[in-house]
Formats: sequence, structure tokens, C-alpha cells
Amino acid sequence: MSDNAPKQTSLYGEHAKLGARMVPFAGYDMPVQYPSGILAEHNWTRENAGLFDVSHMGQCLIEGPGFEAVAGAMEALVPADVLSLKPRQQRYSQFLNEQGGTLDDLMITRHEKDGTLYVVVNAGRKEHDYAWMRRHLPAGVRLTTRDDLSLVALQGPKAEEALAKLAPAVKDIPFMHYADVGIGGIRAQVSRSGYTGEDGFEISVSNADAAKLWNLLLSDPLVKPVGLGARDSLRLEGGLCLYGHELDEAISPVEADLVWSIQKRRRTEGGFIGAARVQKELAEGTAKKRVGIRPEGRAPARDGTVITDQSGREIGKVTSGGFGPSVNGPVAMGYVETQSSRPGTKINLIVRGNPLPAEIVTLPFIPNRFKR
Amino acid sequence: MTAKYSKDHEWVIVANGIATIGITNHAQEQLGDVVFVELPAIGRQVAAHEQAAVVESVKAASEVYVPVSGEVVEVNKELEGDPALVNRDAESGAWFMKVKLSNPGELDALMDKAAYDKLVNG
Repeated sequence: MSDNAPKQTSLYGEHAKLGARMVPFAGYDMPVQYPSGILAEHNWTRENAGLFDVSHMGQCLIEGPGFEAVAGAMEALVPADVLSLKPRQQRYSQFLNEQGGTLDDLMITRHEKDGTLYVVVNAGRKEHDYAWMRRHLPAGVRLTTRDDLSLVALQGPKAEEALAKLAPAVKDIPFMHYADVGIGGIRAQVSRSGYTGEDGFEISVSNADAAKLWNLLLSDPLVKPVGLGARDSLRLEGGLCLYGHELDEAISPVEADLVWSIQKRRRTEGGFIGAARVQKELAEGTAKKRVGIRPEGRAPARDGTVITDQSGREIGKVTSGGFGPSVNGPVAMGYVETQSSRPGTKINLIVRGNPLPAEIVTLPFIPNRFKR
Repeated sequence: MTAKYSKDHEWVIVANGIATIGITNHAQEQLGDVVFVELPAIGRQVAAHEQAAVVESVKAASEVYVPVSGEVVEVNKELEGDPALVNRDAESGAWFMKVKLSNPGELDALMDKAAYDKLVNG
């Protein structure tokens, strides 16, 4: 088999049975949509519960002699406060390079087992991230990749209702925490988190159990499968960053408006790779900033679209753009000069050579409905 | 006349020297949910294989090429308010534009239905 051949998740056969359209994504053959289509899948997730295969993401464990050792080791690599995590609690953070640009964004969970962090990174960055961690973790703290695990997300206002029929304990999982639960006899690690702006769960199970869990969840009429196409429109409406678009090796978390993910102690103390730039930008501000953009007409503005001010001067670029089914119109995110980043600012988007009027708006486009 | 097809997945039907042009059912299936259509200006002179319209799905923008040369004499305004018509009725009601042919001989280079079906189904 060629090294370039796309990999398959353990749910590949289920996607085929469902009639999914498969596309190459981050080295995997992934379902971009099922026969119902992206709009229907998007709307189903906003109203009921969508089931996503996100097994292409990188699941791994950081293990060491105790929580303080592994949390301290992780804090050297990310700006989030890891030491204050309670058992079973998770936080969103980023790996930064020495220049304070973003290498990836990730979820860090304090595992119930002492001296263990459970980390989930992006599919397209996992080999890089694993090498980065191995290079920087101190002696005695080790990385174990968990390719033996699959990951599915159940997202939407009825996700709790659907999952609680099989595992009532999930009702008690707080936002950004996990619990070990049995789902129809399958052992699963269930966290209350996601990438849609809706309440929901991310469920980690062994590859051997993944298809059984997938079909068990789909047997509930509240649950339908949702592909990467709707995952993208849902996260865009939710104002959530996608690595390679809103985040890359030149963009800092301050520019990306992710300061909320850098807790107070870390802002003051620093002590992570890239801290010099982050602390300087926290004190002095940044020249550009991530914003939400609402085109006035019906034409979507895609990634790379040039943004100008009303005099026609270029002030930034779109990083993600498309049609927002719940907004029922085009939506975008991008970077603009900070002086033009205030919500309400009128801008133009240069689409196929024509300036289309648009406005800077507050993110998210659809209010987040996390259960806190 | 019966419809003719281009390798870029447009269909053409000619009556009285006017070509009605749209995208094929296969093309709309590949695009998925259509959310926006941009049509050419009336009076525009187009050359065969030139980009004349844009059709956008949730995921991406795609160009629509004219398979024949001529002048755009009419566009389907209904698509601006109801772009999803492309998904429902690609090869009839969701026509994109009408072009007054300047070189009817170009039609000979297009495929008939059997040849087009063979192209898309292999």
C-alpha cells in the first residue's frame, strides 16, 4: 500500500453503508456528507442530535510520576492553566512556536488516573504535535499515542436526551468535564464538549467497539449522521477556529481572540514556549485581530477573499467563509487591522473582482448553547 | 432539438438560434445544496468555454462555462431568489441563461446524452 493512500477510520464501513460521499481530509478518507446533504445535516444538528465520526483526530496520553509533573510539563508547551484542572476537567489550548505563532490547537483533560493527561489534537497536525511533544517533554514524562481509540461526537440540543437513554449518568457531566460510562455495555470516556456551538458530547471508545456504538446511537430517531461539510458550517456559525484557516504558525492566540483560553496566572507568569510575544501583545495589543464578517448580499466570500475598507485599501483577508444555514445567509471569519475590527464597521469583500459590502459583527453568529 | 452536453457538465438546448444553458443533474448532485447563483449581465458577449456564471454550494464555489459563443439575451432571475431550484430541477426549470448563437457550428463539438452519460458513469 502506498504511503499516500488515505487512511480509514474504524467507522469507514459504516459510512459506506450509509451512502456517505467520502473525501480525502488530513490523510483520511472521511464522510463530507451523507445522502441527506449538508444543509439538512446542519439543521438536524441545531435542532436534534448529529453524530460525527472524528476518529481521525489524534488521541494521546501524557503520563508521568504525578499530576504536578505532567501538568508542569504541559504548561511549558501551552498557555493554558493546566495545574488548576480538577480531575476529569478539560481545557482548550494551543501549542505555540518560539515566535508565539500557533502550531495547533488542542484539548487537554486531567485524567482521573493520577499523573495522566488525555490530549486530543487535530488530525492534520498530529504527527507534528507528537514529535513536538516528544522533543519537549522532560525525562520521566512520556507520550503514548492512542491509535487504538476511536472518537465520535454527538452534538445538538437533544444530544443529552438521546445519550441519557443509554447512559443516564451523562446528564450529570458538567461542561468541559468527562466521565467513564457504559453505553449499551460499551465502555466509553464521555466528555461534555464539541465543535458545533451546541450542547453535546465527545465519546472515546476502543476501535473494536466503535461501529457497535455508532449504530446503537443511530438507532435513536433523534440521531442522524453528519459529515465534515456540516461540521465546518456549524463551527463557522459558532465562531470556532479551524487550524490552517484562523490559526497557523504566524498567528498568535491573542490575534485570534483566544485570550479567554489563557488563564490569569499564565498571562502574568508566562513560562510557556511563545510567551514573550503573547505577553507583549496582551500588554500592547495586536496590529490585526480575528473578527466575524456578515456579507450584506447572498454571495458567500470564501477563504482568501481580500477585505478592504470603504476607501478600497486592503485591511485583511477572509480565513473561512461560506453559507450559514442557521443564519440563512453568508458568513465569514477573517483577520482585519485592529482599528477596523469594531463590530458595525463597514467593509468590502472583493469577490471575483467586485467589492461586495459587508459588516464586522460579533462572534458567534449563532449564540453558543453549551450546558454550563 | 434534443439536449447536448459539454464535458464541463453543462447542457444546451437550441431553438430558433437561441441556446438555453444550464448545469446537468450530475453536476448538481456533485455540488450538493446550492445556496447562491451568480448570473452574467444581459448583453454580454461570451466565447465558448468562457466562465459565464458561478454556482455555490455550502462547501465551495464552482464556475459555469458557456459551451457556445454568442450574446447573453436572458438570465433565469428565479435562481437568485431560489438557488435550490438547481438541485430540484437542474435540466429544465433551473436553466441559467439564454445565448444568441454566433457560431452554431460549435454545437457539433458537444456530446449527445448517450456520450455524456458514458462520460459521467464511466
